[in-house]
Amino acid sequence: MQDLIAFLIRRFAWMLLTLWIVFTISFFLMRFVPGGPFSSEKNVPEAIKRNIEARFGLNDPLAVQYFDSLMRTLKGDFGPSYRLEDFTVNEVIAQGFPISASLAILALCFALLLGVSAGVVSALKPGSLGDLTMMILATLGIAIPNFVLASLLIIVFVFWFDLFPTAGWGSAWHLILPALCLGAPIAAYIARLTRAGLLETIGQDYIRTAKAKGLPMRQVIGKHALRGALLPVVSYLGPAAARVLTGSIVLEQIFVIPGMGSHFVEAALQRDYLLSMGLVLVYTALLFLMNTLVDLSYSIIDPRVKLE
Amino acid sequence: MKNESSPEVPADAMTDQQREHYRRLLADAKRIQGVSLWQDAWRRLRKRRASMLSMYFLIALAVLAFFTPLLPLQSPLDKDLENRRGMPPNLQAYQMGQRSDLKFDSNSLVAEMDRYRQQMLALAEKVNEVEDPRQRQALRDEWQLRSRSSHPFNQLWNELDPVAWQLTRARVTIFGDWAMPSIFGTDDLGRDMLSRLFWGARVSLVVGVVATIVSLLIGVSYGATSGYFGGRVDAVMMRIVDILYSIPFIFVVIFLMTFLSEPTIAANLAAYGIDQIMIFYIVIGAIYWLTMSRVVRGQVLSLKHEQFVDAARTVGASQTRIIFRHLVPNVLGIVIVYLTLTIPAVMLFDAFLSFLGLGVSPPDVSWGLLVNDGVQAITPLKTRWWLVVFPGAALAGTLFALNFLGDGLRDALDPRMKNRT
Repeated sequence: MQDLIAFLIRRFAWMLLTLWIVFTISFFLMRFVPGGPFSSEKNVPEAIKRNIEARFGLNDPLAVQYFDSLMRTLKGDFGPSYRLEDFTVNEVIAQGFPISASLAILALCFALLLGVSAGVVSALKPGSLGDLTMMILATLGIAIPNFVLASLLIIVFVFWFDLFPTAGWGSAWHLILPALCLGAPIAAYIARLTRAGLLETIGQDYIRTAKAKGLPMRQVIGKHALRGALLPVVSYLGPAAARVLTGSIVLEQIFVIPGMGSHFVEAALQRDYLLSMGLVLVYTALLFLMNTLVDLSYSIIDPRVKLE
Repeated sequence: MKNESSPEVPADAMTDQQREHYRRLLADAKRIQGVSLWQDAWRRLRKRRASMLSMYFLIALAVLAFFTPLLPLQSPLDKDLENRRGMPPNLQAYQMGQRSDLKFDSNSLVAEMDRYRQQMLALAEKVNEVEDPRQRQALRDEWQLRSRSSHPFNQLWNELDPVAWQLTRARVTIFGDWAMPSIFGTDDLGRDMLSRLFWGARVSLVVGVVATIVSLLIGVSYGATSGYFGGRVDAVMMRIVDILYSIPFIFVVIFLMTFLSEPTIAANLAAYGIDQIMIFYIVIGAIYWLTMSRVVRGQVLSLKHEQFVDAARTVGASQTRIIFRHLVPNVLGIVIVYLTLTIPAVMLFDAFLSFLGLGVSPPDVSWGLLVNDGVQAITPLKTRWWLVVFPGAALAGTLFALNFLGDGLRDALDPRMKNRT
């Protein structure tokens, strides 16, 4: 237990350090836009302009400005959005986060479900036709960029067969296609990892023992073999989470989902610096959180792993 | 035979059995040939058909991309809004310069080039005839201006570099006005998809390779330095890498790209001769070096206590020399493997950024841009599938081949596989 607390505290400290670095880089980048971040815009509504100037104290010395906004950000106040009238960055994030999160979670579930079952199927009969098909599919899944996959799926399932709504947000049906596209490359990796891991564990003595004492095959695989085989899959979940985050930017764009990703692209293209900075900070924190969770679950699955 | 016997025992004192034993040893020794790591790896790689096919595919792609201007393709950017919008794949004949709005002489590129040449000759003659020096200077200026800007090529291609210019001339000489029909269809603005694919390949491949080389240079020097010095330097340097790893770089890069493409900043950078695409290389290269530096560091850590490093130090080699002459060549194998795996990652990232409108900008074409155009063109009314399928397939095929080659190379260069098949 003490280990666990020490581990969490250490992780938290690293996260703060990373966030601080990201903040500092973005802050100074914004400052280096000639004449300040807002001068390139000619027709900013007067109200927004006043807000911004009050918020930044743009005439203060740089160091003062830096500490002021650092303090505000520490308190969790990211400031007003520069483009969306009447919205603060916090409000935009609060709106987009649940949408993106449900998309990401669904995508990860898809990936795990498809990936692990494909991996198990092909590992049970290596060299068979099923194995070959699964592995070709997996390699394809890795090579096809998810936005290409998304457009193909839209053409086939929306326009030709009319099974899903084209785009937008609202019902669970809207989630299926984007989550599938988001999860596909991850499912492909997981399938490969599961297959390799399972092939290795199946050859071990304890599996033979389990078989010899007459356990049904389902139990041998499900209870004994998979547990050992899934370790690499679990450790891949960290990078997978990062992939989901980046992938969601494009897919939210294609499927017109009002999540954090499409806000981010919009903010970046519109040079809404405060909003993009806020979102970058949120994404950094999320990534850290996911990696920590993965490390924790790793130590639960495999008792030999020590938290460091 | 002298070789067969050991020096202590004279040949005639050996029993037949001994002689036979030595003979067998010698035969064995003859059969085993010393092979270098590279020969060995090459032999193993050749046995993997998928990797070899991928390699041939990539070589063919690179050659085709380089010689694109020589191929009889339609113009990648001439828009024909009246007659050729969104045509599905077809075999309709096409003549260079056939669009009447180009105002080419008898709607033919060859004829137009003739006319242009004659005009320029006439102008040059006029320059020689005119007596008044001021008028003459004005005419000469006009000649120079026109020789650069009003060549018919400028209407059909965008900023050809000198090599591409010569290749295009050669192409016109060889093929005349003939161009491939739009076998891959045309896009929403009436541009030929096949030709855009080829021109896009040039950009996408170059971005992939150059950005990877940038990341290679940074990663290898950083990793080698960190591993070689070890101790506290290593700890600090690797901590920095750890922190960088946990930053979601894609977001920072998007942020950075929008920031750098801000008009005033872009103008400032352009004054130093840095254009958008160069920034792109540097930024991508600057984020993909992390894995490379970790791998190289690990290798160097294990190599630096080998005897050849001590030997180099004994003869007084400098540290820079030891790192770059003795250590780096030894980690080359693993570096090459990561190279083939970094290129697809970078190309995907480039496609991703172009897709978002932050990478390569028109009139340049890249595969990411093409896919983006294709996605934009998807509407319930008309599915122009060829706009998505062909660039998507090109991108996926190349990434596929690079991944396969990388996997194959990783197995082939694995030292544990030495002398095995």
